[in-house]
Amino acid sequence: MLELFAAPVRKLGHLTINAIWRLGFVSRFLIAILMESGQSFMRFSLVIREVYFAGVLSLIIIIVSGLFVGMVLGLQGYNTLARFGSSDALGALVALSLLRELGPVLAALLFASRSGSAMTAEIGLMKATEQLDAMNIMAVSPIARVVAPRFWAGVISMPILAALFNVMGIFGGYLVGVVMIGLDSGTYWSQMNNSVDLHYDVVNGLIKSLVFGIAVTLIAVFEGYDATPTAAGVSSATTRTVVTSALVILALDFILTAFMF
Amino acid sequence: MSSDLFIELRNVSFAYGERPVLKNINLRIPRGRLVAIMGGSGSGKTTLLRLISGQYRPQHGEVIVDGKNVATMNSNQLFQHRRRMGMLFQFGALFTDLTVFDNVAFPIREHTRLTENMIRDLVVMKLNAVGLRGTQDLMPAELSGGMARRVALARAIALDPALMLYDEPFTGLDPISLGVIALLIKKLNDALGTTAVMVTHDVHKSLDIVDHVYFVSNGEIIAEGTPDEVRASTSPWVRQFVYGEADGPVHYAYPVNTTLDHDLGLQQGGEHA
Repeated sequence: MLELFAAPVRKLGHLTINAIWRLGFVSRFLIAILMESGQSFMRFSLVIREVYFAGVLSLIIIIVSGLFVGMVLGLQGYNTLARFGSSDALGALVALSLLRELGPVLAALLFASRSGSAMTAEIGLMKATEQLDAMNIMAVSPIARVVAPRFWAGVISMPILAALFNVMGIFGGYLVGVVMIGLDSGTYWSQMNNSVDLHYDVVNGLIKSLVFGIAVTLIAVFEGYDATPTAAGVSSATTRTVVTSALVILALDFILTAFMF
Repeated sequence: MSSDLFIELRNVSFAYGERPVLKNINLRIPRGRLVAIMGGSGSGKTTLLRLISGQYRPQHGEVIVDGKNVATMNSNQLFQHRRRMGMLFQFGALFTDLTVFDNVAFPIREHTRLTENMIRDLVVMKLNAVGLRGTQDLMPAELSGGMARRVALARAIALDPALMLYDEPFTGLDPISLGVIALLIKKLNDALGTTAVMVTHDVHKSLDIVDHVYFVSNGEIIAEGTPDEVRASTSPWVRQFVYGEADGPVHYAYPVNTTLDHDLGLQQGGEHA
């Protein structure tokens, strides 16, 4: 009888200890990245190159998704606001929803799926094909040469992508609210102008996306670096990056929202 | 230690967790010699190479390279040690996002302040040495296995290392590419005066080019000698390895405690009896 309860408790304990160990590894990995980031800044072309792969190549998915999210927000927002005779507030609703929550969160989720998974797969495959070992043997630190530039590229790209997502979302709301439904254009923009505070809404939203950028990119580079160097190992590391990133983004969003707004 | 010795392993033992891989290894490699370490898969020969490169540290013993104990080096000293070392990996380990030119230029750019013109000249010379001048603009994916291995060799010798390590350099190559790589290893070693350690289980090609051979089995050095001594050896283990005999001191069958009849349930009293 006792054994019946002991097994799940033991498993839970094992999982908890593993999670704490892993958190410790990630923290040490972050310290190693920060300590070896000097080279990345001295040879900034390495970071720029990674900004292209992580950021510029994510533009299409961010722009299209932002546009559609804004359009859906415009439709749903108008339907709900119209019931209370407040359809004039559509601009404020679209902008605040995007700037405070949807922009940073959705852009980070898309970034994790598109660029985070790519980073994990790339670093994992470099490990599996001994490219990281080769660097080590050539007295070149893989953390300085491979990991740190990708980390900083992610941290730089994320707020810019989130800002673009917001802009496209607001434009999507405008297309639906003003062009399709026929709300007054001046009202749409002036309501937004009156409701949105630069520091409270815009800057806090960008701080959120910066935090998400650090979290997602750290998870992505760590999972790649820590991947078992086999096809199955790289595949499961890539999956872990997307799943862990999504959970961490949502958890961090709750915590940040509780403190900021 | 004699100044003529470049690598010396003294009573080296190494284990992965609880599993011992190398047991009390003693090995001496003179300066400028090309030495092969041979043994079956999982015998511990690649681990030996990683101990010499400083990727692993032994639990016991000393790994002396050019008078310095690699086992006690800190990370800065290890990086200095590795700057004087080149390694050819089993499948080349070329950087797949860089061209052939950038791959060969990689260690030069990382460790020197030479101008791009000088780097270009050096890269062309190294590629010429491995017979691949003209491939500078190709990507690794556009190279055959043999060509990739030669580019990796050019990259490994880019800084004229004092020590070259070869990890299974002949694996997966067709006979012509294999002959080319073997010839290049020998020629480059003679030309550069490098001390080289080659881990391989390609017996015949290796015996043609190396100066000395160590045989490793179950984590221990069980035989050594010059290629001629190896060919003439009467050791059953060496003979089995050199002539590729299926059974001998290394058993064909996996050791088990049960009989086939027992496993098939054919023994008296078994389920199917």
